[in-house]
Amino acid sequence: MQGLYPLFTAIPLAAAFLNLLVTKVNKKAADYIAFVVAAVLAVMAVRMLFEAPFSYRVGGWSAPWGILLVSDGMSALMLTLINVVSLLAIVYSLSYMTAYTAKPKYYSLFLLMIAGMNGVVMTGDLFNLFVFLEIASIASYALVGFGTEHEELEASFKYLILGTVASTAILFGIAFLYSMTGTLNLPDMARQLEIVGINRAVAFVIALFIMGFGLKASTVPFHAWLPDAHPSAPAPISAMLSGVLIKALGVYTIARIMFNVIGPNGMVSSLLMFLGALSMVVGVLLALGQSDFKRMLAYSSISQIGYITMGFGLGLNPAVPPAVAALGLFGALYHLINHAAFKSCLFLCSGAFEYRTGTRNRFEMGGLMRRMPVTGAACSIASLSIAGVPPFNGFWSKLVIIMAFMQAGYYVYGSVAVLVALMTLMTFIKLQSSVLFGQLPARFAAVKEAPVAMVVPLVILAMLCIGLGIAYPLFGESVLQAARDSLLDKLAYMGYIIGG
Amino acid sequence: MATKPDIMISDGPKGMTPIVKTVVRFAMGIIFMFGWYIILYGHLTPGGGFAGGVILACGYVILTLAFGKELGLRKLSDMGASIIDNTAALLFAVVPMFGFLFGWYFLNFLDKGRPFQLFSAGNIPLYNIFIGFKVTASLFAIFMALSIFGRFVSKLVDEEEEG
Repeated sequence: MQGLYPLFTAIPLAAAFLNLLVTKVNKKAADYIAFVVAAVLAVMAVRMLFEAPFSYRVGGWSAPWGILLVSDGMSALMLTLINVVSLLAIVYSLSYMTAYTAKPKYYSLFLLMIAGMNGVVMTGDLFNLFVFLEIASIASYALVGFGTEHEELEASFKYLILGTVASTAILFGIAFLYSMTGTLNLPDMARQLEIVGINRAVAFVIALFIMGFGLKASTVPFHAWLPDAHPSAPAPISAMLSGVLIKALGVYTIARIMFNVIGPNGMVSSLLMFLGALSMVVGVLLALGQSDFKRMLAYSSISQIGYITMGFGLGLNPAVPPAVAALGLFGALYHLINHAAFKSCLFLCSGAFEYRTGTRNRFEMGGLMRRMPVTGAACSIASLSIAGVPPFNGFWSKLVIIMAFMQAGYYVYGSVAVLVALMTLMTFIKLQSSVLFGQLPARFAAVKEAPVAMVVPLVILAMLCIGLGIAYPLFGESVLQAARDSLLDKLAYMGYIIGG
Repeated sequence: MATKPDIMISDGPKGMTPIVKTVVRFAMGIIFMFGWYIILYGHLTPGGGFAGGVILACGYVILTLAFGKELGLRKLSDMGASIIDNTAALLFAVVPMFGFLFGWYFLNFLDKGRPFQLFSAGNIPLYNIFIGFKVTASLFAIFMALSIFGRFVSKLVDEEEEG
């Protein structure tokens, strides 16, 4: 697999353009191309989990001059997350997207988005990271507005403007770092920054990155685009955006740069913990009152991203004992994969309900558990997971994060996390009672279960919600701890410049 | 003899005044030659696929402005632009993959030649040519989309206001 590592971006890029050519002759081919590519990528990504860390020299150029691709625990975890969720979203699209025209263009944009996200988590070069980030972002701007209705175009435009502001801040930060270190290679930059230290310019870069990547991750106060963009996109795209995109472009990049390049730092730590706590509280408070199913999920994403950001903040704190910091980081990584499972599942469920009932307003629905039992059960499992009910996966990761904060002596943050967990439970009980249970409106009496291609991904994701909670010994030691260690070990990351 | 009258030669009612048409007729060849020069010498001089592609696309845009969109679309149809666009991008994605055969992705495996000669630098001129084609086709397609759809939308708005 080592020699074929760049295929994670090369295959979807080539397939995106091949798809547009082939579908000029045969429109049906789009489904097959997208499915086969996503399946191949998912299998390759799962295999990456079993590879030892390595680095790949693109074009055979050695490290500080050429572009380096790095594969370590964190990259492998993110690659698996991206490609598995993409496969499920594409299977779901096979039925769901028949309601839209221009299906080939949809799949091409989807594949470009996958290529961009894979590139972001693979690369060891800061400018290369920016390029892939833009590929994924631009594809997602187009996908958000794919329905081309008034509301969708407005959301897409808002997302485009705010996303571009964020990209500008990131590019500005990259330019500053380049001027100070003379290199764009991330391991090399980490070495040079050891000499430069955290001076005012680096502090300014940190502020720019937290603003730029924070907007991509939609932490409060940079969250304004998300509640419009995520509900407006087609359901599989909402699942991709909420489940994967904000993590690959926002959370992963912050983690990689702050942990591996700049290194643990008290200022960054307290900033991330504060922003995380703020996102948690604001997100869940706004989610409580929403009548739109998908909008509620979107606000809840902001809140859950807060947990992850807060955990990363604790991991970066040099003042707490290393074991506690590592526990906080571990909880954040665990919550990251859990959130991908349950939030993708919830968005796909909302799409299935909308597909059959034609509405997203949860007050117009009701009693759908009886008419759509499989979708309803998946929705129920995912809701219980996000609400943190044992033994589902969300409970364990929230527990780890809360325990880490209590052990570190941050009692206020710990209590906020407990409180937000309770309010999340409240939100999702409200959601379930208005959508799944209660009186079935007369006009939905003839509603049927969603098509098979839409139900299968839901069932798989719901099983993941349970599996990630109770089968922890199978993956906890190997996958999550490898990812955590790769983030904590800055020296090993600097060492990639020699390998490859 | 040609059965269809060539719009470029006849000073018909479509497009702009004969002065503009005459100037464009003279400038056209030079614009295209300069665009191709920028693309083909991309590995030696400033510029390259993108800059040259933009110049070529501007050539088509000037043609369309001076002679009307029928001529623009006859020279480069929207379907043709889309096919060129996608083929060039596909080639750009596939050629680096041949590098795997020689050891590394994106490896410059062609003969490098002598520095500063036109035929040198291995794969890089190839990439410039692909990018040139892609940028020409995409920019022209964007221009046509804006001009055609723009008119279509404004017609719809007018009809709504009237009705």
